[in-house]
Amino acid sequence: MTRKLLNVNGSSRVVDADPATPLLWVLRDELGLTGTKYGCGVGVCGACVVQVAGEPVRSCVTPISDLGSSEVLTIEGLSPCGEHPVQRAWLAEDVAQCGYCQPAQMLCAAALLARSPRPDDEEIDEAMGDVVCRCGTYVRIRAAIHRAAKDSRR
Amino acid sequence: MSTTFDRRRFLQLTGLSGAGLLLGVTPLRASRRTLAPDAFLQIEDTGSVTIWIPRQEMGQGVRTSLAMLMCEELDASWESVRVAQASLDSRYGEQRTGGSLTIRELWEPFRTTGARARQMLIAAAASRWQVSPARLRTRESVISDPDRGRQLAYRAVVDEASRQPVPENVRLKGPREFRLIGRDIPRIDGADIVEGRAQYGIDVRRPGMLYASFERAPVIGGRVVKFDAADALRIPGVRAVIPIDGTSVSWMLQWSHGIAVVADSTWAAMRGREALRVEWDDGEHAGWSQERIVREMEELAGRAGTVTRNDTDPNQQSVASDVCVSADYVAPYLSHSPLEPMNCVVDVTEDRCEVWAPCQFPGIVRSIVARATGIDAERVQVHPTLMGGGFGRRIYADYAGEAALISKAVGRPVQLLFTRADDTRHGFYRPISHHRMEAAIDAENRVSHWHHRISGPSRDAVRGADVETPERSEVYAANQMPYAIGNVRVEFNHLYVPIPCGPWRSVAYSQTGFVIESFIDELAHAAGEDPVSFRSALLTRDTFEDRDTVVDPARMRRVLALAAKRAGWSSPIATNGKRRGRGIAVTTDHGAAVAHVAEVTVADDGAVRADRFVSVIDCGIVVHPGMVRAQVEGAIVMGLSAALGGEITIDRGRVVQSSYRDYPMLRIDEMPRVEVEIVPSVDPPGGVGEPPLPGVAPALTNAIFAATGIRVRRLPVRAEELALG
Repeated sequence: MTRKLLNVNGSSRVVDADPATPLLWVLRDELGLTGTKYGCGVGVCGACVVQVAGEPVRSCVTPISDLGSSEVLTIEGLSPCGEHPVQRAWLAEDVAQCGYCQPAQMLCAAALLARSPRPDDEEIDEAMGDVVCRCGTYVRIRAAIHRAAKDSRR
Repeated sequence: MSTTFDRRRFLQLTGLSGAGLLLGVTPLRASRRTLAPDAFLQIEDTGSVTIWIPRQEMGQGVRTSLAMLMCEELDASWESVRVAQASLDSRYGEQRTGGSLTIRELWEPFRTTGARARQMLIAAAASRWQVSPARLRTRESVISDPDRGRQLAYRAVVDEASRQPVPENVRLKGPREFRLIGRDIPRIDGADIVEGRAQYGIDVRRPGMLYASFERAPVIGGRVVKFDAADALRIPGVRAVIPIDGTSVSWMLQWSHGIAVVADSTWAAMRGREALRVEWDDGEHAGWSQERIVREMEELAGRAGTVTRNDTDPNQQSVASDVCVSADYVAPYLSHSPLEPMNCVVDVTEDRCEVWAPCQFPGIVRSIVARATGIDAERVQVHPTLMGGGFGRRIYADYAGEAALISKAVGRPVQLLFTRADDTRHGFYRPISHHRMEAAIDAENRVSHWHHRISGPSRDAVRGADVETPERSEVYAANQMPYAIGNVRVEFNHLYVPIPCGPWRSVAYSQTGFVIESFIDELAHAAGEDPVSFRSALLTRDTFEDRDTVVDPARMRRVLALAAKRAGWSSPIATNGKRRGRGIAVTTDHGAAVAHVAEVTVADDGAVRADRFVSVIDCGIVVHPGMVRAQVEGAIVMGLSAALGGEITIDRGRVVQSSYRDYPMLRIDEMPRVEVEIVPSVDPPGGVGEPPLPGVAPALTNAIFAATGIRVRRLPVRAEELALG
């Protein structure tokens, strides 16, 4: 067990954890940030995606020793009160069914829009293909990303 | 059966979690300040309306749609409504969620409750104003007297209303009066989800809680011979290693033998489990393999089975000149694989027990925990949580039995979490099945007989081959074959396989829908007829009922025609030099009829891409159109995932697959364009969760046939069977 300083959602957080511990479990069990979900633990389903230095990263296979001082962004930090264009678009399009994958979907979408403000369907497929939705909300995810892109341009 | 709760403790546990959702609340006794005509509704003198939801949310939208039903008749403002998840309590009924039943079961009762409360509020205002109640109107939580131009907010009369008698008979609104029902109201827990506050079973945290990971016997019925916990106990954070005795009494009461590792974090528990050394006695079932299952099913397919339907029409006898068509189909084992793996939290104390579980049947959770701990069911409280997908897997509560034993052993609340591999390998699968089909087409191009023989495992055979009516759980969809064919015989041959099976979204309709809609397509082709008009001409039977299911061929004909029209069925599909085709399927189950038209492209190497789906659903009157469309869209994804790559296989008595790597799910880049049409209707509501699923696979494979001339009779689709050259 070692003491590690993490930068999560804009705050410095101190955790006592084995450096090999995946970021997912440090977020959920040490820091109480349960918005990031466990789906498979082997880096396949994407439910655990968070942003590290603005890029989507599978937290279940990312040991905290790999983070350095990089900024970690979880769904809880995407905006103070749910007003990020992606979150607003997700509500407007009624994207979620069970909602379990949606934090990861939204963080992927936010990262995509940050680097490509007007993505076409191909870019969306490329960026969003990492996160499984078992309920099958892909049609609405696409619509919500287009909506968020449009809203952001205003 | 009643449960006694410490009211003060429950008020403490109540935390408003985000916009409009209370958790774990039991109904407060109606006091002077609240109007509560029954356990489901409470209106406070602040104007706040609380609706208890006696079903569990797994994405199908029940928290929202049920609240809409009640709020509609109550005429309360939607903004004043909050929903509370009902804990297991006899006042709410059995709270079983599944079978596409929620709206059908609660359509009238929930609206009646709302109407009753509205009437009591009106009576209170009428009494205060000294006018006849018939003169008063309600809208958006306000009672008005149009004659005198005066108004009272609901909150102003809650107290007096609570002293009114609860009216027995109330008038419910007609569809033209609806202000909420039929509209796309935003999901009531939407804000929680997008802000990451939604609490699933996996997110439950209790004071003093420990985390457990359970190393289960890899083969069904296997036992621990011996184990070495020394390395496990050395992992930092690991607190205890507990052997657990399994049981297999009935479909409801079963869990595995194994060794549980308990730790102060999820990761430590998983690492501790990896460090365990266990020697297993695999028991008697290790000899089962995929090859053996398929071989034995095929052998049985050659034998006459238990007859479950036998219509003989003397006017339609087969003659030698009839064209015989026969085909064998095989549908594989399928896993539910919801994104949130099985889990629950159990807190066993001396003589009481509390459970937080993402579960579809909380009563089963209570029974299994009572059985595991020896604690009286009356002292087991169950709090259902939001589920990250259910699909039928969370009907079972094996995880609750296991967690209860672990909590009892360590004397602390324990969260048991399945790994993805656990979830994939220790499920209750859609059973594998073999279907031998035979039919004949006479000189007038009519189908003169239809013979369907099903061979395979039965969901009812939990403990062994000795089960009285194994066919009961497997044949009803085949018995309900809706086409107007005179001579129909359905048979079942049971093959006992110890792999546990259970209902997988749409249950027997899922494999039978594929078979019937594929075979009818083969018959259309053999008759040289268009698949749409061939089916339509046979959907002429009167509506009939079988096992609480209403089969309405006229409704099926309607959705078939609408889907074909919308898809442009009569114009040839653009091929652009590729192998492209259109396929259609129409099915009915759980109270709705659905037709799908699929358009596919098959590449030279046999890879299949679904380009477009046109789907039409008739599910009676619709509460929330957006949610109906969502169920259709989701079913297309689930059906395509299964048809294009979903297969659970068995080796040495174990499930081979372990994660979404080898049991793949459709990703966004494989998603077809989808157009959904909902048939407008004022008929009583049907179900929606399951009906859109069975027709997806056959629409796809019929399209593959149209594109390539190759019939897919075994799922999942295999590219090598479709490759050119």
